[in-house]
Amino acid sequence: MSIAAPIAPPVERENYLNKEYGVGSWLLTTDHKRISLLYLLSITFFFFIGGFFALLIRLELLTPAGDLVQADTYNKLFTMHGMVMVFFFLIPSIPAVLGNFLVPIMIGAKDLAFPRINLLSWYLYVIGGVMMLHCMLTGGVDTGWTFYVPFSTAFTNTKIVEAGLAIFVAGFSSILTGLNFIVTVHRMRAPGMTWSRLPLFIWAMYATSIIQILGTPVVAITIVLVAVERTLHLGIFDPKLGGDPLLFQHLFWFYSHPAVYIMILPSMGVVSEIIACFSRKRIFGYNFVAISSISIAVFGFLVWAHHMFVAGISVYAALMFSLLSYSVAVPSAVKVFNWTATLYKGSIRYDAPMLYAFGFLGLFTIGGLTGLFLACLGTDVHIHDTYFVIAHFHYIMVGGALMGYLGGMHFWWPKISGRLYPESWARLAALIVFIGFNLTFFPQFILGYVGMPRRYYQYPPEFQVLNVLSTAGATVLGVGYLLPMIYFLWSMRYGKPAPDNPWNAAGLEWQTQSPPTTFNFETEPVVTWEAYNYEELDAPQAGGPH
Amino acid sequence: MTDISTTATAGNVPTDAHEDTHAAHNPALLHHFATEEQQRDAASLGMWIFLATEVMFFGGLFCAYLIYRGWYFGDFAAASTSINAFLGGTNTAVLICSSLTVVLAIWAAQTSRRGLLLAMLALTMLFGCAFLGIKGFEYKDKFDEHHVPGPSFSFEHEPIPGHPGQYANPQHAEIFFALYFIMTGLHALHMIIGLGLFTWLFWAAWKGRFTPEYNTPLEMGGLYWHFVDIVWIYLFPLLYLIDRH
Amino acid sequence: MFDNFPLWPDRASTAAGNVDALFIFLIIVSGLMTALIFTTVVYFAARYRRRRGVLAEQIEGSTPLELTWSIIPMFVFLAIFAWGAVLYFKSRTPPRDSAEVYVVAKQWMWKLEHAEGQREINELHVPVGRDVKLIMTSQDVIHSFFVPAFRMKQDVLPGRYTVAWFRATKPGTYHLFCTQYCGTQHSGMIGSIIVQEPAQYEAWMSGGATGPLSATGEKIFAELGCATCHRTDTQGRGPNLQGVFGKPVQLEDGRTVTADENYIRECILDPGAKRVKGFQPIMPTFQGLVSEEQVNALVAYVKSLSPPLAAGTKTASAALPQDQDTNKTAGSQVQ
Repeated sequence: MSIAAPIAPPVERENYLNKEYGVGSWLLTTDHKRISLLYLLSITFFFFIGGFFALLIRLELLTPAGDLVQADTYNKLFTMHGMVMVFFFLIPSIPAVLGNFLVPIMIGAKDLAFPRINLLSWYLYVIGGVMMLHCMLTGGVDTGWTFYVPFSTAFTNTKIVEAGLAIFVAGFSSILTGLNFIVTVHRMRAPGMTWSRLPLFIWAMYATSIIQILGTPVVAITIVLVAVERTLHLGIFDPKLGGDPLLFQHLFWFYSHPAVYIMILPSMGVVSEIIACFSRKRIFGYNFVAISSISIAVFGFLVWAHHMFVAGISVYAALMFSLLSYSVAVPSAVKVFNWTATLYKGSIRYDAPMLYAFGFLGLFTIGGLTGLFLACLGTDVHIHDTYFVIAHFHYIMVGGALMGYLGGMHFWWPKISGRLYPESWARLAALIVFIGFNLTFFPQFILGYVGMPRRYYQYPPEFQVLNVLSTAGATVLGVGYLLPMIYFLWSMRYGKPAPDNPWNAAGLEWQTQSPPTTFNFETEPVVTWEAYNYEELDAPQAGGPH
Repeated sequence: MTDISTTATAGNVPTDAHEDTHAAHNPALLHHFATEEQQRDAASLGMWIFLATEVMFFGGLFCAYLIYRGWYFGDFAAASTSINAFLGGTNTAVLICSSLTVVLAIWAAQTSRRGLLLAMLALTMLFGCAFLGIKGFEYKDKFDEHHVPGPSFSFEHEPIPGHPGQYANPQHAEIFFALYFIMTGLHALHMIIGLGLFTWLFWAAWKGRFTPEYNTPLEMGGLYWHFVDIVWIYLFPLLYLIDRH
Repeated sequence: MFDNFPLWPDRASTAAGNVDALFIFLIIVSGLMTALIFTTVVYFAARYRRRRGVLAEQIEGSTPLELTWSIIPMFVFLAIFAWGAVLYFKSRTPPRDSAEVYVVAKQWMWKLEHAEGQREINELHVPVGRDVKLIMTSQDVIHSFFVPAFRMKQDVLPGRYTVAWFRATKPGTYHLFCTQYCGTQHSGMIGSIIVQEPAQYEAWMSGGATGPLSATGEKIFAELGCATCHRTDTQGRGPNLQGVFGKPVQLEDGRTVTADENYIRECILDPGAKRVKGFQPIMPTFQGLVSEEQVNALVAYVKSLSPPLAAGTKTASAALPQDQDTNKTAGSQVQ
């Protein structure tokens, strides 16, 4: 890339970005595309905050002694890292950015069903975020993102109620987004867009939304109970007053397990779109992939107590939850097989989005397989609450969800911004992320099995080598994440203007302008073709494959 | 074929020409919807989904309540005896009547009876206020008897119904009252929000916004109100009627 | 004693080998699956890279293939589940005649007391080859007793007992970690399990014992006046405690529960909760008047009033005190 004068398109067409200028036109917008950009800014901000905490954690863990920060500070660091990453980055990320932008366009609608509620969603997120920021700046929380009782209700002096309320408010944002998506998919599809013609990204967003609306209220009421117990010294969870600390864990995990599917399903949807486009063919087993998304959402609600195998639940409950946990592994495996099979007899290109999709395939496979170790009662007793668990969920959340998010951002960047990102830098960044990621988290599987517990800031000296490897990887990973930030921003001014369909991809979003107009379509589309109609797009009279 | 940007086939609605024909449809139709029916269906589905989230929200509380009630049945029975079932029952009747007036209000809008519409909306709100008033009275009672959880809570020497000579564990009774206040308090909060909603509906009805063709906000408000009613219908027997003979 | 750079934990208990076998099986299965996916993806990505004039072949899917790769993994998962379940059952079922150690966790230390009376802080001496059962409770928040070398872990809760057991197989010193986040010094709440040859262990035991825990309990029983009501004849205002431990007890409200550690503890701290049928509700609560260690001693004393338990009798598991019920024939919780 050469830093020349900013390149403006020869004649700039009216689109959702330049239709109106001014802060008011952004802060009071009801355009789903502008709202998605508002979200993009906010979640990126919180990603870097969460990432900063992660950096400090890894720096502390370079040495066995607790010598960088104090114990209390470290406890706040991993708590805030978790809370920020889970509630203010991962859960909103794809739904609020890519979902908001693409769901209406992909189904041929002008906007979501409830545009004003969409804007309200964003404001709720921001309010929750500001509350969380304030909480962090005035002392933070040190309970772990899981804020188990009775520590969080009766023993800690940190700002539980404030953090809880921040999450409560952000939770409402999540609920409203899910509600909006479900109604939109049911009621706003263009003529001819039947359920079986929907892109798999829409199926994934639909499944995610079901979890959002049914699960989030439960963690909301749990937070209310914790806040009330803490302020009024009640005994709902406190055993000294007749309460049950395990009740908290059940209520908490009833949401927080499905929550991890909120975090991964959208990413799976993105991967479906990318693999189809860069293999130039329909996803193998479309029906099975679509049904798998719904199955994961449903089964995900039945397995929560696999976080509690050594918590004091009965042996029979443990058996049941372990068995059910294996059932939820099957649809995930089915998806991986279907994506792999899609590559067969495809016509594959290695653009950056596809590299992220490949990365997803590998890392999600490893992360998912290590879930089998945890669902297995015999091994879970040993590896529960150790670094094995941390490695497992980071493989899925970072190796899976985040790779999918980055892949999606690259894939749809031309549509969103009207510019092309620099391809070589993007491929380099994908490679750096992949290498850095594995170096950071693979040693943690070993660390967990040899016995290093979670949430430890000092550890026995024999664990140091693995910790140093992990920290080295984290530094590389950090560089990998900074690169896209830089070149996406760069591309907004200096990137080549994007054609309407740079990838010659299937999907209604590629039939619109890059960037789209405010109402997306000049005329309402009437859909007469199946999803992923690549044989038509690549047919010789259409210009052939690019 | 896939090229749609220049074709205008049957069923296509030119979006940029839309603004010119603005006056041709109901001003209440929002731009991103194709038809009023689509808008109404979307609103209805949206409200039902929202109510589903509310069920899950209250559900967590109900779950906690049922578990403790199973474990500490005697203590909960003793505590339940001390809350006023007559007032609770009256409140149940009040809410059921208010649901009736809501239905009548919607019927009035559908049949262009403006006067009845306003009267029924006002009556609904009156019933709502009566509910809150009676609730406030109950809360005051509990405050006077030191049954409010916290530093001044006291539940000594209260007999367990049906078990002469046995007395309730004050700690377990405090859990009952904690859940009682949280559940009825959350319900009352939803009631207050409902009153706010209906205040707006009354104002809109006054302004003549609702016609037989368009009364979706009334329907949606009605759905919400019925939901708040149903939650109470579950709360009442669960909280007030444990082991009463 | 410790390696510089261990890639595998010590194996020092009977469970360790079994858990490792299952873990290695899982590694093999995962490794094979990972290798399969990786090689297939790499092969397809290379073999089917874009070439001029070559179109992709649209393939809808294949239901037989879908069924195959759903059903085969399902069977593999069932096998893994079953194997794991068997191990788990074993780990949650302390053998009868296990030596008992009472553990009280508090922020941020472990207090242990052998049934013979020895007290330890952050250390536990055990002999090789003996089953050891830990009866654990917390004074404050939830902790977790984790010994990697034994592949043993159990959360320790306030307000109830949870139980874990192991049989050490190799002398040595092994890490003990608290592995449920519990506050500021969570990572400092560590210690050692010191496994000794039987002779060495006896030598250690004989130095500085204060008498068996049950004797301490007997003293407390007398001091607190329990014997006034809990007499050894039928005239007492409270139930006779001779032989009561481990047996079913009929409650006033019709339920039947087993008199295990959790039940005895509950009777001391919350006497009204599960009142024995036929007795007046006059027992005062000792909540706040006895420490966790004293409760442990009293429980040990009541246990000592019963003959050694026969097979099939239930003792404290990690189940809730509220649902101990002999109507559920467990079969698993054999002492």
